[in-house]
Amino acid sequence: MSIDISQFLHTFFEESFEGLDAMENNLLHMDVNSCDVEEINTIFRVAHSVKGGAATFGLKAVAEFTHSMETLLDQIRGGEKTLSDEGVDVLLRSVDVLRSMLANSKAGNELDFIESEEIKKRLDELLDKGSSKKTVMKPVVERKDDQQITNWEIKFIPETGLFKSGNDPVRMFRGLSELGIMEATVNAESLPDFESLNPEECHLSWDITISGKISKEQIAEIFEWVADDCKLTITSVEEEATAQLVENMVPEDVKIVVPIVKPMPGKEGRATQTESASIRVSIDKVDDLINMVGELVITQSMLGQLGQDFEMSKIEKLSDGLAQLERNTRELQESVMRIRMLPISFVFQRFPRIVRDLSTKLGKKVELIMNGESTELDKTVMEKIGDPLVHLVRNSLDHGIEMPEMRRKSGKDEIGLITLNAFHQGGNIVIEIIDDGKGLDKAKILEKARARGLVGSDEDFGDDKVADLIFAPGLSTAEVVSDVSGRGVGMDVVRKNIKSLGGNVEVRTEAGKGSRFTIRLPLTLAILDGQLVRVGEETYIVPLVSIIETLQIKKKYINDIAGKAQMYRLREDYIPIIRLYQSFGLKPDQEHLENGLLVVVEGDGQKAGLFVDDLLSQQQVVIKSLETNFQKVQGLSGATILGDGTVALILDISGLLASAKDSAQMQASGAAA
Amino acid sequence: MRSENNGSDVSYSAADTQADGQGQYLTFILAGEEYGVDILRVQEIKGWDTVTPIPNTPSYIKGVINLRGTIVPIVDLRTRFGMVSIEYGPTTVVIVLRTTTVTGSTILGIVVDGVSEVYNIRQEEIKEPPQMGKEADIRFVYGLATIEEKMIILMDVDQVLNEKEMAVVEKLVA
Amino acid sequence: MSSILVVDDSASMRQMVVFTLKGAGYEVEEAVDGMDALKKAKLRSFNIVVTDVNMPNMDGISLIKELRGLNDYRFTPLLMLTTESGADKKQEGKAAGATGWMVKPFNPEQLLATIKKVIG
Repeated sequence: MSIDISQFLHTFFEESFEGLDAMENNLLHMDVNSCDVEEINTIFRVAHSVKGGAATFGLKAVAEFTHSMETLLDQIRGGEKTLSDEGVDVLLRSVDVLRSMLANSKAGNELDFIESEEIKKRLDELLDKGSSKKTVMKPVVERKDDQQITNWEIKFIPETGLFKSGNDPVRMFRGLSELGIMEATVNAESLPDFESLNPEECHLSWDITISGKISKEQIAEIFEWVADDCKLTITSVEEEATAQLVENMVPEDVKIVVPIVKPMPGKEGRATQTESASIRVSIDKVDDLINMVGELVITQSMLGQLGQDFEMSKIEKLSDGLAQLERNTRELQESVMRIRMLPISFVFQRFPRIVRDLSTKLGKKVELIMNGESTELDKTVMEKIGDPLVHLVRNSLDHGIEMPEMRRKSGKDEIGLITLNAFHQGGNIVIEIIDDGKGLDKAKILEKARARGLVGSDEDFGDDKVADLIFAPGLSTAEVVSDVSGRGVGMDVVRKNIKSLGGNVEVRTEAGKGSRFTIRLPLTLAILDGQLVRVGEETYIVPLVSIIETLQIKKKYINDIAGKAQMYRLREDYIPIIRLYQSFGLKPDQEHLENGLLVVVEGDGQKAGLFVDDLLSQQQVVIKSLETNFQKVQGLSGATILGDGTVALILDISGLLASAKDSAQMQASGAAA
Repeated sequence: MRSENNGSDVSYSAADTQADGQGQYLTFILAGEEYGVDILRVQEIKGWDTVTPIPNTPSYIKGVINLRGTIVPIVDLRTRFGMVSIEYGPTTVVIVLRTTTVTGSTILGIVVDGVSEVYNIRQEEIKEPPQMGKEADIRFVYGLATIEEKMIILMDVDQVLNEKEMAVVEKLVA
Repeated sequence: MSSILVVDDSASMRQMVVFTLKGAGYEVEEAVDGMDALKKAKLRSFNIVVTDVNMPNMDGISLIKELRGLNDYRFTPLLMLTTESGADKKQEGKAAGATGWMVKPFNPEQLLATIKKVIG
């Protein structure tokens, strides 16, 4: 049987990356003066596992590199060495090297040996030069095919406790008989009387003769596991005179054979394309699911029985059953969704390293506090929120936190504080990035925004609104574009990315006290809380997160603008009215605004009122893409299937507002011309 | 003309036609003419049912339906071909087709006046469509075949929702 | 058919071992560490236990010691999978009651040969 071990590589890469994250995290928290044994053990185990896996799955370079790490960590673990700051540093760099080695292996790329060699050298320098532990792979006994036929005599006297190690002489005989022609004579003279015989003890011994093309090592190998539990002599009939007691069974003349390295699949770089995204799910979640499916089956069989001989008297039972079915279905749906949920620590764990590296580089002193790392969110959301978060944290460190002397002067602790919080709020996950730095310079932001024509010179702005201007395109608050945050990715991109996930970001800041960025994201991209609205004969879904309120239109609040567009006065604000039937070319129940319904929505910081015919129910809907079989449509974010099997379209509020604005401008310019 | 416009043609002759060079075609009626589509592309035939219209799309996109959990667009083929549209009747059907695009395989439904027959047509029986005037739309035509004195127009289903064209349409609408 | 409990904290190693053994027709259950294994071993008795040595929440050697103390596992073959080619781990394992060991890296064929050697 031949098994292609490359099929396990995917799991290996995944667990290795996870392990390296854990290792990095532990190293970052490591206090070299008071090393916790368990921390070292955890780090050691990662190196150990990666090495074992890499060797097994044919990644020789990775295995060799990890071997040095493992040996160093083993020595630290065993107290032979102490971990120095330099050691932590080298180990951290080793983590980087390993990550890139693994990433390259995974992608089927050539490995870059220059850096790995350098770090390996530093690792080896840290190791004792005269250390007995050499960097060798598993020794394999080389079998000699040109072996002469030899006759061997084996005397095998097990100790009485042999069985207690789970070994059985029969096993040895089976092994021997596979080597050649074997004959065993049992010697029962030390067998005690039947009354005092303990069947769990071994009182027999054997004289065995075997002949064939067999080496002594091959025989020794069969007895390897019991070498300490028996007296064993192996003599070739020819060399009887020089019979010797074999005490140490480890073969002496072993040849070192390096395991054959299987070439990585997909040298042409196809590997990344064929790889399917996978997710690791905790057993608890799977067990939950199985339980729920079990309940569903019970409900189904109950309903099935009910249906077989149904009569009206059982109507109550039926409605109970259906209620149960509904509950089962809902629970099952929730559980399935939970499978995609991962703790945000997957993203957060990058930050200690980033903060450490960056603060060293900038000469700042920063402490990072993270709360709510176990808060869960959808895997897809998680994958996309990483970069914006990194950007915001870098930004806080670079522009928010002041240099130590500056902080001292302003009466603050030298060590700046960056706090990352994550928690659930309603159907959203909220992530906060808080720094106790100097805060945003609102006057400067406003000045810049005016200079760029982003806001009118006489426009009056509330403080919060000014701060939110930093998310406008083309506005960077840094006086000098540093290579830290000013990488061409501005805050506008951060906001855009967050928006594309259906979330939003805002900032609150106080001069001299610091800033707080708050990101709100939907927990999942697959399900949406929606408000169903009716326009003419069509049903649309408005995402509940976009809805501010719903109101009945009062005539006195309607304002006509040039007879073309209407604004609605909403307390202090004036918001444009979007007639959905017009936007979508439908025939509505009524075209008069009076006494109609206005759904006030917000998207991209803009408010507008959607004029609809009727408000229907609120419900959770499963988002289906229009693009799978069709294409993206302006003003729509997708579709869903309602309870009656029909398709309802989901509104993309931001898109809708943008196109309404465009057409209003076109109309306005048309009117002017 | 046809040889220049390859791509989809290749997949027809190579993948969809049986080994003996003979393919089965489902034919349908549209404004009195008989059209054929490769039967291997046909997923199912459904009666006409209401669709959910999609705003801001060309008029030939009738809307979308729920096909066992998948959102499938429905194209009115008369409108698509620039013919006079008629009221849908009892024979009106939706033929659900699998098409291939650059991005992969997609599903779409076409509304036709009615289904007709299934014919075996050999590759050599298929003639290239004649050159016609500018106004006649032959982009959708893959070839012509004559069965029992009748002319059957074989359709290139991949061209019905041609992406390039859709992109242009999208711009015009937006 | 013989039942085997495979214990390893590394998912890929576990996957490889389990896949190989299942492919050979053995009935296989997996555990992610010593604790998990002990729990599972107590629920039913396996014909053989194959365990990694270095694991969190009870390592392989402690597991072997614990298992040997259980009535059901007094004579059960308990194998260690170890990367330490040095003799110390093996001795430690033997002292705890291990039947034998396999040194990583090994390939599926080597694994099967060893298992066959032990339980036929």
